[in-house]
Amino acid sequence: MWKQMLPGIRFTLVFTVLTGLVYPGLVTGLCQLLFSNAANGSLVLKNGRVAGSELIGQNFTRPEYFQPRPSAAGNDGYDPTASGGSNFGPTSQKLSDRVKASAAKFRQDNPAFTGPLPADLVTASGSGLDPHLSPAATDAQVARVAAARRVSAGKIKALEARFIEGRDFGIFGEARVNVLKLNLALDGIYPLAK
Amino acid sequence: MPQATLEPKAPAPRPPAKADGELTDLLPKRLAHARPLFDTGILKRATKDSFVKLNPRALLKNPVIFVVEIGAILTTLALGRDLATGAGNIGFTLQISLWLWFTVLFANFAEAMAEARGKAQADSLRKTKTDSIAKKVVGAKIEPVAASRLRSGDVVICDTGDTIPGDGEVIDGIATVDESVITGESAPVIRESGGDRSAVTGGTKVLSDQIRIRITSNPGETFLDRMIALVEGAERQKTPNEIALNILIAGLTLIFLMAVITLQPFAQYSVNSAGAGSVPSVVVLVSLLVCLIPTTIGGLLSAIGIAGMDRVMQHNVLAMSGKAVEASGDVNTLLLDKTGTITIGNRQAVEFLTVNGVGAAELADAAQLSSLADETPEGRSVVVLAKEKYGLRGREVASHEAVFIPFSAYTRMSGVDIDGRRLRKGATSAIANFIREQGGEVPQDLLDISERISRQGGTPLAVADGRRGLGVINLKDVVKGGMKERLGQLRAMGIRTVMITGDNPLTAAAIAAEAGVDDFLAQASPADKLNYIKKEQASGRLVAMTGDGTNDAPALAQADVGLAMNTGTMAAKEAGNMVDLDSNPTKLIEVVAIGKQLLITRGALTTFSIANDVAKYFAIIPAMFMATYPVLGKLNVMGLHTPQSAVLSAVIFNALIIIALVPLALRGVKYRPESAASLLRRNLLVYGLGGILVPFPGIWAIDQLVHLLRLA
Amino acid sequence: MTANGILQITIFFLAVLALTKPLGVFMTRVFAGERTFLHPVLRPLERLCYKLGGVNPEVDQRWTQYAGSLLAFSVFSAVLLYALQRLQGYLPLNPMGFGTLHPPAGAVAMTPDLAFNNAVSFTTNTNWQNYPGEATLSYLVQMLGLTMHNFTSAAAGMAIAVALIRGFVRQQANGIGNFWADLVRSTVYILLPLSVLLALFFCSQGVIQNFKPYTQATTLEGKTQVIAQGPVASQEAIKMLGTNGGGFFNANSAHPFENPTPFTNFIQLLCIFAIPAGLTYVFGEMAGDTRQGWAIFAAMSVLFLAGVFVLYPAEQAGNPVLSKFGIQSAVTANQPGGNMEGKEVRFGIAASALFATVTTDASCGAVNAMHDSLTPLGGLVPLFNMQTGEVIFGGVGAGLYGMLLFAILAVFIAGLMVGRTPEYLGKKIEGKEVKMAMIALIATSAAILAFSGASTVIQFAKSSYWNPTLGPAIANLNNGGPHGFGEVLYLFTSSAANNGSAFGGINGNAPWYNLTGGLTMLVGRFLFILPLLAAAGSLAAKKRVPVTSGTLPTHGPLFVGLLVGTVVIVSALTFFPALSLGPIVEHYLMQSGRLF
Repeated sequence: MWKQMLPGIRFTLVFTVLTGLVYPGLVTGLCQLLFSNAANGSLVLKNGRVAGSELIGQNFTRPEYFQPRPSAAGNDGYDPTASGGSNFGPTSQKLSDRVKASAAKFRQDNPAFTGPLPADLVTASGSGLDPHLSPAATDAQVARVAAARRVSAGKIKALEARFIEGRDFGIFGEARVNVLKLNLALDGIYPLAK
Repeated sequence: MPQATLEPKAPAPRPPAKADGELTDLLPKRLAHARPLFDTGILKRATKDSFVKLNPRALLKNPVIFVVEIGAILTTLALGRDLATGAGNIGFTLQISLWLWFTVLFANFAEAMAEARGKAQADSLRKTKTDSIAKKVVGAKIEPVAASRLRSGDVVICDTGDTIPGDGEVIDGIATVDESVITGESAPVIRESGGDRSAVTGGTKVLSDQIRIRITSNPGETFLDRMIALVEGAERQKTPNEIALNILIAGLTLIFLMAVITLQPFAQYSVNSAGAGSVPSVVVLVSLLVCLIPTTIGGLLSAIGIAGMDRVMQHNVLAMSGKAVEASGDVNTLLLDKTGTITIGNRQAVEFLTVNGVGAAELADAAQLSSLADETPEGRSVVVLAKEKYGLRGREVASHEAVFIPFSAYTRMSGVDIDGRRLRKGATSAIANFIREQGGEVPQDLLDISERISRQGGTPLAVADGRRGLGVINLKDVVKGGMKERLGQLRAMGIRTVMITGDNPLTAAAIAAEAGVDDFLAQASPADKLNYIKKEQASGRLVAMTGDGTNDAPALAQADVGLAMNTGTMAAKEAGNMVDLDSNPTKLIEVVAIGKQLLITRGALTTFSIANDVAKYFAIIPAMFMATYPVLGKLNVMGLHTPQSAVLSAVIFNALIIIALVPLALRGVKYRPESAASLLRRNLLVYGLGGILVPFPGIWAIDQLVHLLRLA
Repeated sequence: MTANGILQITIFFLAVLALTKPLGVFMTRVFAGERTFLHPVLRPLERLCYKLGGVNPEVDQRWTQYAGSLLAFSVFSAVLLYALQRLQGYLPLNPMGFGTLHPPAGAVAMTPDLAFNNAVSFTTNTNWQNYPGEATLSYLVQMLGLTMHNFTSAAAGMAIAVALIRGFVRQQANGIGNFWADLVRSTVYILLPLSVLLALFFCSQGVIQNFKPYTQATTLEGKTQVIAQGPVASQEAIKMLGTNGGGFFNANSAHPFENPTPFTNFIQLLCIFAIPAGLTYVFGEMAGDTRQGWAIFAAMSVLFLAGVFVLYPAEQAGNPVLSKFGIQSAVTANQPGGNMEGKEVRFGIAASALFATVTTDASCGAVNAMHDSLTPLGGLVPLFNMQTGEVIFGGVGAGLYGMLLFAILAVFIAGLMVGRTPEYLGKKIEGKEVKMAMIALIATSAAILAFSGASTVIQFAKSSYWNPTLGPAIANLNNGGPHGFGEVLYLFTSSAANNGSAFGGINGNAPWYNLTGGLTMLVGRFLFILPLLAAAGSLAAKKRVPVTSGTLPTHGPLFVGLLVGTVVIVSALTFFPALSLGPIVEHYLMQSGRLF
């Protein structure tokens, strides 16, 4: 046992340098070289300022924007320094209350929408940073957004449809709409009348 | 040109095989003197012993049942508390306590049953051990000495009617001895000085003649003493596999103990958070624990082991240790002696082959005549063959001037001088010499035919009438009926059979092919046997063999399972780890089957025991938490009436299943010789799947009864 | 369940199947020290490692020496990680200033008990995290500490598995291989090259890899959003490949920076099973009978498919409590339906259900959806997967040696039923092996049950050391009723199984949970490995009994069924009472609408 001690220390240092320093250093160099945009967070600029990351959801509360799912990240949601889900179990009273309130608020904000609510719209994501909504969840908001921007629902619907991403290779995952990208496009194409 | 010769008959002739009934059936058959499974005497004794075994210190060696006893004590204390305070469900606690005690008793009973059978046998053996007076030879005088004071090296004399005072070796004389005390076989056997039939056993009786015996054992160490100790189980030690299995079930017990103990805080949390019900009582927790721990196998494990040895005993085989029985299940290679095991003891005449235009009838006639006085089995078979094939009846030769020439090792032929004819039969070379001596010429055919016969595994016996060579009798080793099939079964079980013979390789190969053994060892010397065993063992195989001669002793000791013949020498018996009292070498195959059966029974009951738990959970868990979480009632798939009746029914089932399986444990699981794959498939289905399913209707039925009788 | 969902699961399984042999063949060569196509490049690196480590890789170690090497390495590397975490404030590559006098708002302090828990967690390949990575650790600690342990704990697991296989394969041998050689070879030839490739792939898909301070963004609505950064891709690759599962971020593989697309998600899933599946082939190849390996593979597959096809429909069925608020629980053309709480839209139900199954089959513990929010039956599957000891492909190495433990038990219990004392691969299974298997089994289940039991009832005064802010241990739960109990049970189950996934609502960052959880991880790792190494030593010393038709066949469907049955029954019998008071009763309560 004692004979194994010295190699224990030496290998700890060997692997610390090899896998803890050389490997991530090498990977960082290669990534910065090859995929600089992605490696730095796929940041989105608006007017020369960082407006977010296209991979990270952000909070939208105003009626003229498509609004994302509820978020449990941070106190106000969508805080990338405090990612995470609600961790409410299926028999949680708090979950039930929250979903009930979300559903009521959504129906209040979107009186035109009468169908059953898409499940993702009133549930919090795992990361709290989910950048996406299901197409059904954006569909449900088209009327409200159109009204707020004083644009016909058809135009908004057409724009929204352009942002629907299908499953990867038609197989993996689910169809989705990137809310930030869609809202950026909205601001670009149908800016709010001042 | 090599000539086959009549080899000396080795090994010595043996009493007719006893357990040779249906050869295809490897299942142990209980012999006539074997006890029935349940006999009143044994039952009585076992019942008494089950109570004696309640002593916790004795139970400690059986951790599973020990835990049950602790549980029984706990519930009994709870009962006392309830009686004193008037609180709790007294009827329920009382019944649970009783059934827990029954569980312990049933487990004890199983073991006691197995032991009692041995003890009963030991008692009957002990009766024969009345202290007789021995006639000890001191110098020229004979002194009467108590048999129990004889020591190794003493010499005694036994006359007709005397009981042989101790184990020993005949150093002078020949006598018929009644060994039925030991073997259960009433036909007397011959014991004579020198050779392989010199060993005598204390307690047996001289029926005729006088022999002088050198005692070879000290008081308390005689064969009979050891036999009594063995059957009584005094020397019983746990076998390696049994120890491992004990570790497994003790480990499982520990796991279940933790699962049940921690259920208490889990339940406390649940009760608090649901705001209903109460934490299960100690009585219920103990009930759950007892139902979960493998009480079935825990209660029956030692009984299975003892019963396994007992089954060996019922085959008139004395196993010196349980380990040997266990090992016999593992045997990969069986060394079988050709003579007496694979072939019926003696060669038989199967055809007459003539030379030089001699008529077949003439040859048959000459052969029969020359064999009339030949009382050896070979000789008789010649007479029989002539009769069957040519209708020649045995003639009264006394009316003729007939002089019989007996067989001698020197002349290697026998025959008869009758009416001026000199008829001879014998080894071809001897007959050839005889013909030449008579001035005749040896027909080339005679030599060719002889050569051909021996190449095919037969033994040629040439027949001559004076200077004329008449032909050759083909004597063949006859493979026992069904032997090929039986060896095939062994092969299916994965056991290689090796035939041991003193024959030359040519003959051996022919018989090996006919019998269907996998390998043979021809012209085998004791050293060859030993080396063969060592070679097999080096490649990881376990080897079993039989032997009787002193020169077999090293190989018997080396083999993993060495079955010594009771007729054999003391050295052989000492070297082997089993002794066949019937001296029937074929029994090795049965011993292997018993060993396998023992292991299968263990595995089957372990699997069954663990599989049983599934149903018990479904009975007890919903019952425990019915008040806290009524929705758990959906797990009550058996629809048991009340929580109490559910728990009680599971406990009762758990206790009764032990008793129900005692006969199976004692008799052993049915065993058919077949491949491991099909054995496993069937046993898994019966004891695995069956173990999961059976308790559901079982517990349900008990619950119906409990409800009907308003017990809970 | 949808056709597409079943297709995703099928494609995944077929991909694992396709990877098993090539990876297995390659790894067999690596472990045997034979030449591979990577040797021209990496052989010098391997040699350099031995030289710097000061060992001779040719020395065959007895099991005690092998275990000694493992322990020495584990102790020193854990101590180093502990020190790095505690001293991160004084070390470079800490742009956000964690552990300094001026940490960012919301940062979690690396207390001694948390540092202990985490050091043990990463050393034991558990990667349970009682802290959010993006608010606790500097980049240096994430790399030097966590990434390094991600490699070595995985490599150690592979080493142990190979050592155990050697025990079965060798005859009358004293040694079971050389730990250092196994460790170095696993890392240099298998984990490192694959990780570099995977890291580049992940980055190409959007996983970040930089040393920059967190980015300040101004959202479209004019608010400030601070976007966490860091060297994620390099850690992500080995996190999945080494079945480690410790996230760079709190949200783990649900975080878009760790797992940005359904395609990266699919590759991450493959990474989890690739090496464990390949090791089953290694087992067969080393045993000289690849059918033996495929039998193990088959048993694992049966259990995997059973799990995923319980979990997936349960999640797709959704939560009846919520559907009554007018929420669509059925799948439609443009929304996934089902239980979406805690799940990402891009993954939907099927890919999340698959991930939850796979990550707990293996000892990965990465999550792409919050397990705490799974439906009761959906949560039962991960719990039970871990309670089997994670033998369903399992951790790299750990899954195989865990499954071999069950094979030993299965062979021992049922092997008797063929009328021979039990043997596996020609090795007699006797008292020693059974004892060691039982010690491993008892130790892990004891830790789970005992600490769960204690945590459900233990009370501490507020401001006491053990749980200073909340008092009773159950005050740290995020849910009440059976689900709350499930959180406790999950914590210790995950720790003992060295998984690291969580019913994350439980606040484990209190001395009570940090210390008991750490202890459980140590038990789950070392009291599992040491008995198995002892068994390997005893097996190696034995002769091999030749296989005959009387030998229990351990390669057919029958044995697969037996093995599956043993795994399920032994685990279920141990944990059924606990599970019935957790997810099982919760399922019925949810059906009846009872909330807590």
